[in-house]
Amino acid sequence: MTVSVGVVTFPGSLDDRDALRAIAAAGAEPISLWHKDPSLHGVDAVVLPGGFSYGDYLRCGAIARFSPVMDLIIAGARDGLPVLGICNGFQVLCEAHLLPGALMRNARLHFTCVDQALSIENAETAWTNGYAQGSRVVIPIKNGEGRFVASSSTLDQLEAEGRVVARYVGASAPHTSPARANPNGSMRDIAGITNERGNVVGLMPHPEHAIDPLTGPSSDGLTFFTSIVKALIAA
Amino acid sequence: MTRVVVDVMLKPEILDPQGQAILGALGRLGRSGVASVRQGKHFEIELDGEADPAALAQVEELAANFLSNPVIEDFIVTVGAS
Repeated sequence: MTVSVGVVTFPGSLDDRDALRAIAAAGAEPISLWHKDPSLHGVDAVVLPGGFSYGDYLRCGAIARFSPVMDLIIAGARDGLPVLGICNGFQVLCEAHLLPGALMRNARLHFTCVDQALSIENAETAWTNGYAQGSRVVIPIKNGEGRFVASSSTLDQLEAEGRVVARYVGASAPHTSPARANPNGSMRDIAGITNERGNVVGLMPHPEHAIDPLTGPSSDGLTFFTSIVKALIAA
Repeated sequence: MTRVVVDVMLKPEILDPQGQAILGALGRLGRSGVASVRQGKHFEIELDGEADPAALAQVEELAANFLSNPVIEDFIVTVGAS
């Protein structure tokens, strides 16, 4: 059985090609989706890629969230369609209220581009089932507005329900300096979260850039994409 | 035409690193007496017709659901100002 995973290209998306490549490397059929598409072309899951949709105007993800294809993705996600939002895609998911909280300008205002150590805190979502709970991985981050914020009651609820998917636990590579455990000031070191059902995951780091040691710091990110293939085949 | 202004500000409890950077620059410029700076957004909207209750309700809805993010921002709608 072949599963297909769509990747949406918005005006200003950057990492759609790498996401398509990662999906193929994981053994699924990658399908390009366009922001104006009136259909999801029957895909089994969707990735919202990184980049600067609509130039980050107004707020990151605020305009992309109203794209025609997003109406279908929002409705699908509420019915259980697996959706992974990476970086700008995470911002779109928060703006679409599929995930709680918001992503804001980094503390210290730096655009941060490092190979980041993370711990996988929830290995039961559709996108993380291939990881061991608590495993430490190295995946690049590259963002200017990646600081996760939410009310303390929302943060408490995310933690109580095990919905923190990944946390920052330090920069790893020797060229990354200064090594910061938390690169952008995200509350409670949160790098990724999931919804109640576990089908929607938002992640600031870029697993699609860590699927091959030739071009990334590790192949640790590939497991996000093999996880969804496993979840879809088991479903 | 009627002008309606929407001002969007970060909620008081939300860290504003841009405002902090501006405050830091004021210190380097030798300007004293400024305790805090917060940066926000100012939208000037020209309506086709009058700012009647129905039109203002639409602007309020736009401000609440598109121009601001209720998780991090508050907004104020003002008629006629610039």
